[in-house]
Amino acid sequence: MTTEHHEQDLAALEQRFQARIDAEEKIEPKDWMPEKYRQNLIRQISQHAHSEVIGMQPEGNWITRAPSLHRKCILLAKVQDEGGHGLYLYSAAETLGASREEMNQALHDGRAKYASIFNYPALTWADIGAIGWLVDGAAIVNQVSLQRTSYGPYARGMVRICKEESFHQRQGYHIMMTLARGTAEQKAMAQDSLNRFWWPSLMMFGPHDAESAHSAQSMKWKIKRQSNDELRQKFVDQSVKQAEVIGLSIPDPDLQWNEQRGHYDFGDIDWEEFNRVINGDGPCNRQRLAHHVKAHEEGQWVRDAISAHEAKKRQRNDRQAA
Amino acid sequence: MNAANRHEAVLQYAVRLGDDALVLGHRLSEWCSNAPFLEEDLALTNVALDYIGRARMFYSYAAELSGDGRSEDSFAYLRDCREFTNLLLHELPRGDFAFTMARQYLVDEYALAFMEALLESADPQLAGIAAKAVKESRYHLRRSRDWMLRLGDGTEESHRRLQSAIDDLWGYTHELFELDELEQELVAAGIAVDSAALRPAWDAAVRATLDEATIAVPAGDWSVRGGRQGIHTESLGHLLSELQFMQRAYPGLEW
Repeated sequence: MTTEHHEQDLAALEQRFQARIDAEEKIEPKDWMPEKYRQNLIRQISQHAHSEVIGMQPEGNWITRAPSLHRKCILLAKVQDEGGHGLYLYSAAETLGASREEMNQALHDGRAKYASIFNYPALTWADIGAIGWLVDGAAIVNQVSLQRTSYGPYARGMVRICKEESFHQRQGYHIMMTLARGTAEQKAMAQDSLNRFWWPSLMMFGPHDAESAHSAQSMKWKIKRQSNDELRQKFVDQSVKQAEVIGLSIPDPDLQWNEQRGHYDFGDIDWEEFNRVINGDGPCNRQRLAHHVKAHEEGQWVRDAISAHEAKKRQRNDRQAA
Repeated sequence: MNAANRHEAVLQYAVRLGDDALVLGHRLSEWCSNAPFLEEDLALTNVALDYIGRARMFYSYAAELSGDGRSEDSFAYLRDCREFTNLLLHELPRGDFAFTMARQYLVDEYALAFMEALLESADPQLAGIAAKAVKESRYHLRRSRDWMLRLGDGTEESHRRLQSAIDDLWGYTHELFELDELEQELVAAGIAVDSAALRPAWDAAVRATLDEATIAVPAGDWSVRGGRQGIHTESLGHLLSELQFMQRAYPGLEW
């Protein structure tokens, strides 16, 4: 085949692909897809998976200290769910030809990112409430939208994940509500936590649409269905009301209802902080990665033992069969 | 034993079983985000959850028997080291993965037989808790036994680590099969499990598994005991200071 023919074929394939996307058909693992679509999805899905897994650390850090057995069980189950979400997502990325080992390596090398929110520390019990309420809340807004993403395995994974995340958000909000109705000290703990997690939660939606590196192409391919700013607005609108119900105040002096837009206006995000934390200067960046690397390295002998045992078992079976 | 004494004895027995479950569940929960791979992280926290759930059932029953306003959390959060009555095997620090799985295997062989026997308890509440626990323990044992075979048969390193774990754990197993006066009286009343009677079957099963895993059965020339009397390893105090931090730092609040 000549290069010219090849290019024509490619253009035709791409056209057909886009037509399927435009017709809201789901793309499945064995279907033809542009290499960039594949790479873009691997980047996004593995980043999402890494976020679930790294996110186990700040919450896991409170399992042994949870203030009641009831809360402890809920938190354990929740963190376990997050790990399970990591697994579905790694599997979804594997359908695109990325291996778990490669994705893990990319995380350890710093080539793959995870949600920067997890570079903030969970210092008090209220932070477990704030993470559930705000961080999971922001994640849900994003994930609900992703249930309609164009790649089939990713979209189906999101449907499952969303069901569990809404339970997570409710448990976080319930922790905050309990604190807000508690003693002055408890209420102050909840407010302090809201103060620290509010802005980082808004940053979870990423840069403004105009400055988002991957947005335009992702929207065209319907990997993303709504823009960063649209999703952020939705989150602000829902959270303001939730904060009011439990009597906590959102730490934003510019926050006010805009009758004309039918939305809340809110203050400017500190993008300098956003960039600083993404690029490594958050309070926990080094620990989060080091923790993951350490667990992986300490587990090497266990993984080796499994492979050795499986190989020996095969050998024994072969000998028996011979 | 008169009725009032029996009532108090059952309460104490439930607390003992709750303590066993809570401290082991705590040790397992420490693996969260530290396991050798993600699937195992989920499995370990799952077992942790079963054990903490079990602790809650035993403590809730004890709280009900106490009738003095105590709750499951009073037992978990407001007692100090000397009042905890768990068997020592459950509280030992988690160690490496071989240590955690070896402990789990030894406990699972015991716990399954124990809970099966508790099903026959004359106390319907204890029998009810056992009914749930038996199902969990059956699954736990399948898993931990499988790990014994994988680690024993795996690499030189995994074999060495597993052997050393079993050696370090062995002296803590004798206590599992000893009954003090309180338990003897409850056994006579058909309420408690005669754990001494579980020993021959436990020995046989453990020896068979270790044999299959090519792990040597330790000589059994040392033993440590004292958990039921509140004489613990020093590690328990640290476990409790972490577990109880919130309730101690902010007494009497709802969370």
